[in-house]
Amino acid sequence: MNEMDVSKYIASGILELYVAGALSEQENQEVAALAQEYPEILAEVEAIEASIRELAASYASGAAPDFAALESQLTSPSVKQLKPGEPEPRRFRLWAYSGWAAALIIGAASLYLLQERNRMAGELDGLQEENTQLETQISQAREGLENANATLKALGEKGIQLVPLTGQQVAPEAYARAFWNTEANRVYIDANGLPEPPPGMVYQVWSLKLDPLTPTSLGLLEDFAADTDKIFALANPNDSEAFGITLEPAGGSESPTLEQLYTLGAVSS
Amino acid sequence: MTSAQISDCVSQMQQGDKAAFRKLYDMYAINICGAINLIVSDTNKSEEICQDVFLTVWQKSAQYNPSKGRFFTWLLNIARNRAIDHVRSSTFKQEKQNLSADLLVGIAEDGAFEDEVVHPQEHNLKQLIEGLTQKCREIIAYLYFRGYTQKAVAEELKIPLGTVKTRNRDCIGRLRKNLNERDGRQ
Repeated sequence: MNEMDVSKYIASGILELYVAGALSEQENQEVAALAQEYPEILAEVEAIEASIRELAASYASGAAPDFAALESQLTSPSVKQLKPGEPEPRRFRLWAYSGWAAALIIGAASLYLLQERNRMAGELDGLQEENTQLETQISQAREGLENANATLKALGEKGIQLVPLTGQQVAPEAYARAFWNTEANRVYIDANGLPEPPPGMVYQVWSLKLDPLTPTSLGLLEDFAADTDKIFALANPNDSEAFGITLEPAGGSESPTLEQLYTLGAVSS
Repeated sequence: MTSAQISDCVSQMQQGDKAAFRKLYDMYAINICGAINLIVSDTNKSEEICQDVFLTVWQKSAQYNPSKGRFFTWLLNIARNRAIDHVRSSTFKQEKQNLSADLLVGIAEDGAFEDEVVHPQEHNLKQLIEGLTQKCREIIAYLYFRGYTQKAVAEELKIPLGTVKTRNRDCIGRLRKNLNERDGRQ
């Protein structure tokens, strides 16, 4: 740079911006280097700086505060001089952590509420299931009551003949009753006195003519164990003289197995 | 102190020399405290901020790099950032009654400094800015005491970007002339 260039450089106004701190880092480095090299440039920078300092000082309220007040604070750990490149000490900033804390609390609360929700949903499912079971029981009980009422009604009808069936050799303790409605050609077997048949076996009811002994099958006491009132209605168009119940293989037999005759009773004439 | 002496002092301070720091404080405190008061217009608050600025200067002195600018420019930058932060804070807005007259209008937010209050160094100030046009006062205020870029100044004052640099030089020229005349008279 010759003298002419230096003057031009100064006149450009770049030095004023340098003092203001309004230049790019690259421009700053350039001006700083030129100021070292050219005394005119340095002198100009100093004069510009002086004018701004004077202008600023004219706004001061008087003398600057005493250095002693400042000096007493220099020993405080919070104003410890930082080494080059040393990051600023991190102050504990509540706001910086409060967000995390809030997130944690909300997260924990959400988790708890989710668990609680699942637990309650499970409880609700259980209650609903229990409710269904109770409803089924009620409906079963109602059905049972209706059946019992129907049975009572059937048994109370006119022309019913009661035939007690007593236990035989294979089952002396067993007993049963036949309620025979001769008008309706139906017989109701009360099987409450019969033991539960073994698996694969079923009770079969016979209408008997005695002379000669002629058995006619009236039907099976199916689903014996599941039947709550143990009263079975069977059609009986026969002119029966006695009723017998035998234990037969599932599905029943053509003729009664007399060795497995549980109960037997004659119709009183 | 010459620029070379200042450089020495700064590097001593960077080594932890409190005496050197004191020399720099004695040299610049009046300017920096004044610049802060110019921005916040509250003498008590500005002294408080000023002290805080110098504590920061001591603490962060290692960050100053002479190849990137003048030490005064570095100080001024810290000071105006701190002062502007205060101006933007809500406490400042609540305590607005303490504002003093500001002949470098347009410095404060919302042009709030309109009240005429006697300035401690009003006479001194008047001498310095005598003959400075309104535009000049605004350019100086924005560039030096608000830290605006050339582009921001051009936009704020609605003048071409290319003219900011030379107009500012003219304005500073007038300021320097006033300063020379004042010192010549003393």
